[in-house]
Formats: sequence, C-alpha cells, structure tokens
Amino acid sequence: MGMTMTQKILAAHAGLEQVEAGQLIEADLDLVLGNDITSPVAIKEMEKMKVDGVFDKDKIALVPDHFVPNKDIKSAEHCKCVREFARKNEITNYFEVGQMGIEHALLPEQGLTVAGDVIIGADSHTCTYGALGAFSTGVGSTDMAAGMATGKAWFKVPSAIRFNLTGKPSEWVSGKDVILHIIGMIGVDGALYKSMEFTGDGIANLTMDDRFTIANMAIEAGGKNGIFPVDELAAAYMREHSTREYKIYEADADAVYDEEYTIDLSALRPTVAFPHLPENTKTIDEIKDDIAVDQVVIGSCTNGRLDDLRIAAKVLKGRHVAQGMRCIVIPATQAIYLQAMEEGLLKTFIEAGAIVSTPTCGPCLGGYMGILAEGERCVSTTNRNFVGRMGHVNSEIYLASPAVAAASAVTGKISCPCQLP
Amino acid sequence: MKAAKGTVFKYGDNVDTDVIIPARYLNSSDPAELAQHCMEDIDKGFIDKVQKGDIIVATKNFGCGSSREHAPIAIKAAGVSCVIAETFARIFYRNAINIGLPIVECPEAAAAIEAGDEVEVDFDSGIITDVTKGTTYQGQAFPAFMQKIIAAEGLVNYINTTQSHVDLG
Repeated sequence: MGMTMTQKILAAHAGLEQVEAGQLIEADLDLVLGNDITSPVAIKEMEKMKVDGVFDKDKIALVPDHFVPNKDIKSAEHCKCVREFARKNEITNYFEVGQMGIEHALLPEQGLTVAGDVIIGADSHTCTYGALGAFSTGVGSTDMAAGMATGKAWFKVPSAIRFNLTGKPSEWVSGKDVILHIIGMIGVDGALYKSMEFTGDGIANLTMDDRFTIANMAIEAGGKNGIFPVDELAAAYMREHSTREYKIYEADADAVYDEEYTIDLSALRPTVAFPHLPENTKTIDEIKDDIAVDQVVIGSCTNGRLDDLRIAAKVLKGRHVAQGMRCIVIPATQAIYLQAMEEGLLKTFIEAGAIVSTPTCGPCLGGYMGILAEGERCVSTTNRNFVGRMGHVNSEIYLASPAVAAASAVTGKISCPCQLP
Repeated sequence: MKAAKGTVFKYGDNVDTDVIIPARYLNSSDPAELAQHCMEDIDKGFIDKVQKGDIIVATKNFGCGSSREHAPIAIKAAGVSCVIAETFARIFYRNAINIGLPIVECPEAAAAIEAGDEVEVDFDSGIITDVTKGTTYQGQAFPAFMQKIIAAEGLVNYINTTQSHVDLG
C-alpha cells in the first residue's frame, strides 16, 4: 500500500520500510523545541529522569518568546530557569532577547528546520515547518523532556486528508484566508489525529509566508501536522537560510487518503473567523452588519512575517487608524523587524498611528501587550479566538488576514482593503 | 490497574486549553497553584465544587488548542481521577497519558452521562459504569504500552523503570 508524505518521513525516521496508519512507532528526532512557558515544566521533568544531560546539544532549540521581555517576576523566573538550563547543557540554539523571535518564524529563518526532518516542539504551532516539507508536530512538556533526553518520540502513524489547491488567489487574499476557509469547511476537529497534506498546482501561487501560515494553523483543525511538497520556492528558501542538507519525500501515487478536497484559490474571499472558534468563518461579503472593533493585532507565529507586514503597510500607507483604535504591530523576528525598518514599513505603521513592538507572542494568548477588557473586540491575525484567549472572558476575537486587520484598523469596524476609499 | 470513581462534571464540545487553564496563570508551573484556576473560564466555581476522585465528562475534541501540559496538570492536581470524552484533541491526549491522568474515549458514555451522575471507570477493561443510571459502556481500552505509562504515573517514571525509551510492544 502506498504511503503519504508524512508516513514516508516517519517510516524513514523509525528505520522501517513501510508504516501504516494507526501503527505505533518510535522515531528519531532532528529537533526538539521549547519556549519559556513549556520548557520550565520539561526541565523539571527531565531532572527527574535518570539521564546525563541532553541527547544532542545541537538538536535542541530553546526560544523564550511568550512572555519576553519578561512581563513579571514569575515569567522572569521561568526565563532564568531556561537560560540556566541552556548554559549548563551548552545548548547551541538558545535565543536570548535580542536574538530571539517568535519560535515558528525564527527556526526556519535560522535554517534549523528543513524538508524531511522529524521535529517535535512543546508548542502547538510547531506544525508550521510542514511548509518546508518537514514532519513537525506539537507535544507537551513531558514529551519535550523525553525528546531532549533520548532524541526519540513515540507516534501513532496518522492517516491523512488531501487538499488539492488549484488556481491563483485574488488581490487581498492570502494564506490566512486559505486556512480559515479550510477550517470553516472541515471544523476545528475536522482533521483530528490526521495529517493535512496540501498538493496541487495552486501551491505555486502561494508564497513561503502563505505556506507557513497555512501549515501553522493545521492544529486549529485538530491536525497532527500540515505538510507541503517541496518545490523550487521551498528549496530556494532552505538554500538561502540553512546549511543543512534537506531530503525530499513525495507521497506515493497510490497513497491512501481518508478524504480529499479540491479548493480553487481564485474563488476564495477574505475570510474572518468569528468568536469563539476558528471554524466560525464568514467571508467579508457575508458580513452585513457593522462590527465595531477596539483593537487590531498584526503579528504572531501565524502572521508576523515580512509578507504580512508588507501587506499591512500597503493598506496603512497614507491612511490613519480610526479614532480610539489601538493597532499593535509585532514583527515576528529581529531580522523581519530590521528588514521592515529598512523598507520603511515601520515608519508607515507609526505614521498611521499604530505601535510597533519587539517580537513576542504576548497578546495572542492573553499574556501581555494588548489584553482586552470586558466587552472589547479585537481583529487579530493570530490563530485562536477561544473564550478569554486575549483577556476578559467577555471579550471577543475575530481572526483575519493582515489585509483585513489593517483595513479594520483604519475604519474601526471589520473591513476589507477593497472597501476603503 | 486501578479504577476511578466519582461525581461527574459535564461539558460540551471543544473545551479548549485556554478555558481549562487560562494563559494569564501560565507564569506558574506549580500544580497546586494551577489547580486553583482549573476550568475558571468555563465553570468559575469548579475548583470549589470538585472533590477528590471526581470525573470530567465532555463531548467532542476535549483539550483542543495549545500544547500546554499545564491543562492536564491542573485537572489532575484539582483531584479529577479521569476524563471521559467522545474525542480528545491529540496533544491533550498525549499530555494526559504522559503525566498519568487517565482519559477514556467513549462517544456513547460522553453523550449519555449527565452532570452529577456517579460514575466508575475500570482502566483495564475500559468499562464505564454510570451507577446513578445503572448503565454501562465500553470505552476504548489503552494499548499495553500506554497502560504501562499510566500505571507508572507518567512517562518519566516509566522511562526510569525501563531499559528502552518506550517499549511499543
């Protein structure tokens, strides 16, 4: 029986010729990732294990990004714990404030994730690296601890859903609209325990940043991973960013899929997920009422990359955020920040009345840097709009693309750039 | 292997990790402190009502969202002995097993059991008994290696007591 792309990568890392859906395997890991929230728990667990240090100091990435620069004393203690562990174990890829970025934007940029890898990360959006043709999936802190100690993890081999993407997205439609459309179609558990494998000639019309956004939100459909085939664009990205050799795996022609969907990218419209689930999607044309907004956030591991900032700046250029609106822009890494500065994007944001922050996950998970009060609404380019996610239990989050978020900042209500004067 | 017995707290679909343990409390990783805020954004009085041994029953996709292990840690530290659901989000599923919080998938039980019912769960057989209603359900029994992890009260103890990392046999 043929194997999916994911199954082939897992088989190779388990030393097996063939695997099938449902099989339990133990796989070798190419990278183990943790952040400032999950790593302290993992470090505590690892200390209980009868092991001498980590399996490979070059194959662990520790990225304090959620509550840094430290938001309070407890967060500072967590970061200190991670910093001391990194120093003691001589972890090569520990990223201090000043080098750090939001982990899932940072690691591909640093060349630490390439096609053919098996990667676990104690962060649910670890699935992002599927954009480069890697198998990557989120785990908890204990799995991270076991991974750091042994370089291995157990997996149940997933079955897959295939998404055949065709056509070219129209103006103001980007990766975020593609994945919100898909989650709206299959639901927040539509890909539960499964791989989401993207194929089709439409992929050629998606930038790398679009693909990172799509793979990033596979978890919001319950998926184990999201994965793209490696084309010339992905290969060029890896050559530019990494010195590591990548390995291309392709799904067998007779691979079995639980379900298949074909999505015409040219037919997609800017899409917004209403509270309180990412599956509650409406296209911009379906939103008839004015939905007044108090805050806009443009950033996160989902949409804090250069393409995202360029789109937002294109919308905000020569315009101003609405009276009473808070618009928070967060470049995901220092390199993105610097490039945005050189391109004049930051100037555009500031002149438009937005603020620009150092890289942090902060507001996405209601940590800091943009907490919502009771009754407030936010249009956010982040990934979850659960109850209380960004602050008060009676606040609301509308998930959208950078284009829609920026346009909404200008009008003070949910809007598309196409609706701006 | 041991069994669970307790009073049921019942929830619906897609109980996410943000309502199980809101991120505003994630500047702590202390189980007792996390337990104080368990289920706070979906059931504010939960921690005052829950008794040691009580059972959470929910429908689809329990534990969706973030990878925070703080979610099953908070539930376990609050005294909950077992979570029964129609389905679990996959990271929550792994995390629960890895920290030794028993969880059972059973769509029939998840649909029929109501808040306040007295329920027993036998982990060896996967049999769930609603003592209040006098009904039984066959839940999914764990594969052998997962049973061993739960019996060892988590992956760390399990690794410490076995030669290899995880014995998949």
